[in-house]
Amino acid sequence: MSDTVQTPTAEPGGSGIKTLEVQIWRGGAEGAFETFSVPRRDNQTVLDVVTEVQRHHVPDLAYRFACRVGVCGSCAMTVNGTPRWTCRTHVGKVAGDGKLSIAPLRNLPVIRDLVTDMGEFFDKWTKAGGKFTGTRSRAEPMAEVDPTSRARRNADAGIECINCAVCYSACDVVSWDKDYLGPAALNRAWTLLNDSRHAAQNETLAAATAHGGCGSCHTQGSCMRACPVGISPTRSIAGIKRMSLLDFLGMRRS
Amino acid sequence: MSARRHRSYAAHLGHRLSGLALAVFLPLHFLALGLALEGADTFDRFLSFAELPLVKAAEWGLVVFLGLHLFFGLRLLVVEFLPWSSDADDRAGLIGWGTAGALVLGGIFLWGVI
Ligand code: SF4
Ligand code: SF4
Ligand code: FES
Repeated sequence: MSDTVQTPTAEPGGSGIKTLEVQIWRGGAEGAFETFSVPRRDNQTVLDVVTEVQRHHVPDLAYRFACRVGVCGSCAMTVNGTPRWTCRTHVGKVAGDGKLSIAPLRNLPVIRDLVTDMGEFFDKWTKAGGKFTGTRSRAEPMAEVDPTSRARRNADAGIECINCAVCYSACDVVSWDKDYLGPAALNRAWTLLNDSRHAAQNETLAAATAHGGCGSCHTQGSCMRACPVGISPTRSIAGIKRMSLLDFLGMRRS
Repeated sequence: MSARRHRSYAAHLGHRLSGLALAVFLPLHFLALGLALEGADTFDRFLSFAELPLVKAAEWGLVVFLGLHLFFGLRLLVVEFLPWSSDADDRAGLIGWGTAGALVLGGIFLWGVI
């Protein structure tokens, strides 16, 4: 049947476009966009486009990637104004009109071109009480965690975070308040607060509710819509708020 | 930035801005009332003051902002203190209801004054 015949560029939004007009950020914070023409290819991802520009146009273009399959969390950039994993973003999904703008992640200092300094993002994980404190040695039996318990299910919902900072870049409170720990760090704290093996429960709760912690979140919900894994930091942060209230009232279960 | 293009962000703005508007507006509202009530034949002066179209429009705005602030605030309490049914469920549906509720309050106010 004729309608099953696929043209090579029959991806949604990509049909008919032969060349992409790609704007890529060059330089540091004071840099500017530079425009390149890149051929439109089948199954092309935004990361493919960046790689092609680096190979054929500007060999000194700085960008990060590693796994190319959405596992390592290193390739996040701002694509047409939205923070995304570039390796898992198909051009056909975001550039229906053949235009792409690729910039470094927002809310992080730009080192050069598409590379940001993620130091503060990771430091905030520690600040939010995100360091696991175990009590057992390897000589002791493994801790038993009931997979059906509410705490385990809460932890499950947030545990797949790969530290990509997409949510951090989507959140306006992070831009407004440099002390705000941000959605990913607080999500991490929430998974620990639901981990029965984590010994430093009170310390993590104190860190996650201190200045810059969960109380600073305005429940904008941009983080949960941006997270490529489908994690809901908004929900995790709400969980910490609820837990801290129960703690204040002396009604916290743990 | 397009990460802001969703209902919950709009509700966040609506909640904060209506709160600011109330904070600015309420003292003026009481000041105006206070001035109008000063001196003799208090009640008549109050009535004629409240009849001014500008005052009416402003009072209508006050009522709608109050409604928005109340309903969006209630949504936040629901989001933050009641269990979530799924990871994506930040009760965005309540935003429409809250806006409608505020407009209904505004309507009731108009019905009462006109
Ligand atoms: S829900 Fe909180 S952390 Fe997430 S984007 Fe909004 S303000 Fe930021
Ligand atoms: S919560 Fe999602 S968006 Fe945020 S760092 Fe983790 S994986 Fe990335
Ligand atoms: S390259 Fe690893 S997540 Fe994109």
